[in-house]
Amino acid sequence: MNPVPLKESRALRWMIAILGLVLVLSVTQELARPETTDLISAGTAASTLRRAVPILLAGLGGIWAERAGVVNIGLEGMMILGTWFGAWGALEFGPWWGIAIGIAGGAAGGLLHAVATVGFGVDHIISGVAINILAPGITRFLSREIFAKQSGGGITQSPRVESVGHFDVPFVSGGEIFGWATPDIFGWIDDRGWFVVSDLFAVASGITSNVSWATLLAIALVPGTVYVLWRTPFGLRVRSCGEHPVAADSLGVNVYRMKYAAVVISGGMAGFGGAFIAIEQTGIYREAQTQGRGFIGLATVIFGNWQPLGAFLGSILFGFADALQLRDRTAVHALLLLTGVAVGLIALRSLKRSQPVGAGVLLLISALTLWWYLVTDSVMSELPPVTPHIATLIVLVFATSRLRMPAADGMRYRKGQE
Amino acid sequence: MTGRRILMALAAPVSAFTFSVLISSAVLIAVGTNPIDAWAEMLSFGMRLETLVETSNRATPLYLAGIAVAIGFRMNLFNIGVEGQYTIAALLAASAGAAVSLPAPLHILFIIIVAMIVGSLFSGVAGYLKVTRGVHEVISTIMLNAIAWAMVGYLMRTWLADPNDTTLNLKTREIAESGRFPNLNGILQTFTRDIKGGRELGGFIIIAVIAGIVFHLYLTRTRSGYDLRITGLNPFAAEASGVDPKATVIRAMLLSGAVAGLIGLPEILGDDFKYDLSFTKGLGFAGIAVALIGRNHPAGIAVGALLFGWLDSAAPILDVRGDAPREIVSILQGVVVLSAVVAYEVASRARQTQEARDTAIATATPTDTGSDKPEGEVGA
Repeated sequence: MNPVPLKESRALRWMIAILGLVLVLSVTQELARPETTDLISAGTAASTLRRAVPILLAGLGGIWAERAGVVNIGLEGMMILGTWFGAWGALEFGPWWGIAIGIAGGAAGGLLHAVATVGFGVDHIISGVAINILAPGITRFLSREIFAKQSGGGITQSPRVESVGHFDVPFVSGGEIFGWATPDIFGWIDDRGWFVVSDLFAVASGITSNVSWATLLAIALVPGTVYVLWRTPFGLRVRSCGEHPVAADSLGVNVYRMKYAAVVISGGMAGFGGAFIAIEQTGIYREAQTQGRGFIGLATVIFGNWQPLGAFLGSILFGFADALQLRDRTAVHALLLLTGVAVGLIALRSLKRSQPVGAGVLLLISALTLWWYLVTDSVMSELPPVTPHIATLIVLVFATSRLRMPAADGMRYRKGQE
Repeated sequence: MTGRRILMALAAPVSAFTFSVLISSAVLIAVGTNPIDAWAEMLSFGMRLETLVETSNRATPLYLAGIAVAIGFRMNLFNIGVEGQYTIAALLAASAGAAVSLPAPLHILFIIIVAMIVGSLFSGVAGYLKVTRGVHEVISTIMLNAIAWAMVGYLMRTWLADPNDTTLNLKTREIAESGRFPNLNGILQTFTRDIKGGRELGGFIIIAVIAGIVFHLYLTRTRSGYDLRITGLNPFAAEASGVDPKATVIRAMLLSGAVAGLIGLPEILGDDFKYDLSFTKGLGFAGIAVALIGRNHPAGIAVGALLFGWLDSAAPILDVRGDAPREIVSILQGVVVLSAVVAYEVASRARQTQEARDTAIATATPTDTGSDKPEGEVGA
C-alpha cells in the first residue's frame, strides 16, 4: 500500500474523531440538567491542557524507561525531586533555569534507579519503591535547609516562583507580532454562541491562548520521543534492549549503556513534569504537590499501549477529569449522562456480537449510571480525581489482550546470562 | 559453615546501615553541622525510657505493615496497596466499633476482625484481577490505593461522620470504653521507673508480636506457607509439583490484606478511639521499606521496624537542641532502604557464585573417580 494516502486517511480519521468528540460533548452540555457551561469551554480546554502536561511528561518518562526494559515505579519520586529542584532553580536563577534544574533533579533520580537496577541488578519494583521513599526525605531536608530560611518559605513550601511566560497564537487567538495585535478569530467565533461550531472554536481558543512556553516544549516531546525512539539508530538500540537484550548484545549493542541512558532520560522527563507543576501550574513548591501524578503517568503508559501518542491521549483524558473537577462539578455530573449512554451503546454492540453476559453487565452499568444521573444534581467531589485510576483498571481488565508491553520489560539483565 | 553464613547475612545490612550513616554525615557536614554531635545527641536521648516507649509505639504499626508487605514479597507478589488497605480498614473498623456495644474482649476482637476482613477484601480485588484477567498487582494496587483514599474521603464526609460533631475536623464516632486496647504501663513499670510525660506503652505490640510469630510458623510449618514460599522461589517448579498458582496468589493477597487491616488499629484502639483527619498516613509505604530492610523475614522486619521507630522517636531532640535539622533522619531512612536492597542483591550474587564454586569443587572430584569405577565394575 502506498504510504501517503494511508497518512492522509489517518489525519482525516483524527479530524473526524475530534469533531465527533466535540459534537458529543456539545450535545451532552445542551441536554444535561442541571445546566452546565463548563463541560466544553475555552477555560476547560486551557485547564485540561495545563493539567495534562505533568501527566504526559511522567508518561513519556515511563515509556522511555519501559521501552528499554526497565520498569520505573520511581517516576513519582523523580517527579518530587523535579518539583523541589525546579522551584529552587527558578528562585535562584529564573524560571527557565528552574525547568532545567528540575529536569536535572529528576534525571539524578533516574540515574540512581539505573545504578540500582541495571548496575546492581536490583528488582525494578523494589528500587522504584525505594526511590519513592527516598525522594520526599531529600526534599523535606532541603526545604528545611533552604526554603525555611527564606521569607515566604517554610519546611513544606517555597516562596512564590515566577513562571516562564505565556503567549497567544497570532491570528487565531490574538497574539502579537512585533507589537501588532492580530485578530482573535477563535475567541470571536466562540463568543457567537453557534451550536457545536462555537464549542469547537472555544476548545481551539482555549488551547491557543495564554499557552505556557513550557507546555509547548512538553508537547513537542511527544513527536520528539516518537522520532528518537522509532526513527534513529539510538532509539532502535534502546527498544531492542527492551525487547530482547541478549539479541541486542549479540549484535554489538551496549545494553547497559542504552538502559542507563533511557532511564536517565526517563527521570529527566519526570523531573520536567515536577518542575512544570511547581513553576507553571501552582507557582510554588509545596510538599506532596505531585499528588501521585507519577503513578497516573505510569497508568497512561499502559493506557497508551507503550506509545507516546497513546500516552498523550491518556494524559489529555486524565487532565480533563482533573480540570472539570476543579472548575465545575455540574459538568462532571453531565458526564454521567454521557457515560451512561456510551456504555449502553457498547452493550448493544456486544449484544449484536452475541455476547449476552457481557452485554447484560454493561447494560446494568449503563442503567445504574443513568439512574445516578437522574436522581442526583452533582457528583461527590472525590470521584473525578480517581477517574484516571478507575479507567486504568477498566482498561486493564477488558483490554489486556490488546496491550503489548516490551517483551523484556521489568526483567533483570546480566551480560552473558540468558 | 553456619557461622560464616550468619556473618554473610549480617554483612549486607550492617554495611548498608554504615553506608547510610556516612552519607547522612556527609550531608550534615555539607550544611555546616557536626554529625558526631548530632548522632551522639540522638543516642543519648534515644536511650531514655520515654523515647524507647515511643519507639515501641511507632514500631508496632510499622512491623505489622512490614509483615503485610512481606507475605506478598515472599512469593514475588508486590502488594503496593497496603497503604490504601489499612486506611480504609481503619476507617470502617473504627466506625463499626463505635456502632456496637459488646463486652470488652469481644468488642476488641470484633473491631480487629472487621479490620482484617476489610483489608483482605480490598487486597483480594487485586488478587482476583491478577488470576482472572492477568492484571499486574503493582498497577492494580497503585490504582486501588487512590480509589481507597477517595472512598475514605467520601465516607468520612457523609455516612460515617460523627453527627454530633460541631468542629470542622471530620471524624467518626468514638469507640466505647470496652473497645479500647489496654496499655502496658503497669507491666513495664514493675521493671522500670515510672514513665513520665503521660506516655503509654501501647498494648497492641502484643498483637504485632503474635502476628510475627504466626507469620513465621505459617511459612515454615504449614503446607500452605510452604506452597507460598516455593512459588516465590520457583513458580514453575511449584506448579509442576502440584501447587495451584492461582489459589496461592489469592491466598497470599488475602492474608497480606488481612494483616494490613491491623496496621491502623494501634492508633484507633489505643490512642484516638476514632478515625479522624489526623490519622497517620504513609505507614503502608514505610512498611515496604521495613520489609525490604528486613529481607521479608519476621526477625529482620522487627529490626527494621525498631530502627525506623527509634529514628523517628529520637530525631526531635535535634530540633530541640538545634544541633542539626531532624529531617536528616528521613534522608538516612531513604538511603538505608536503597543501599540495603543493593547490598542484599550484591550479597546474594556473591553467595550464588560461592555456591556454584563449592558445588563445582564438590561434584568434580567424586565424578572423576566415581565415573571410572562403576564402568570398570560393569566391564569386569
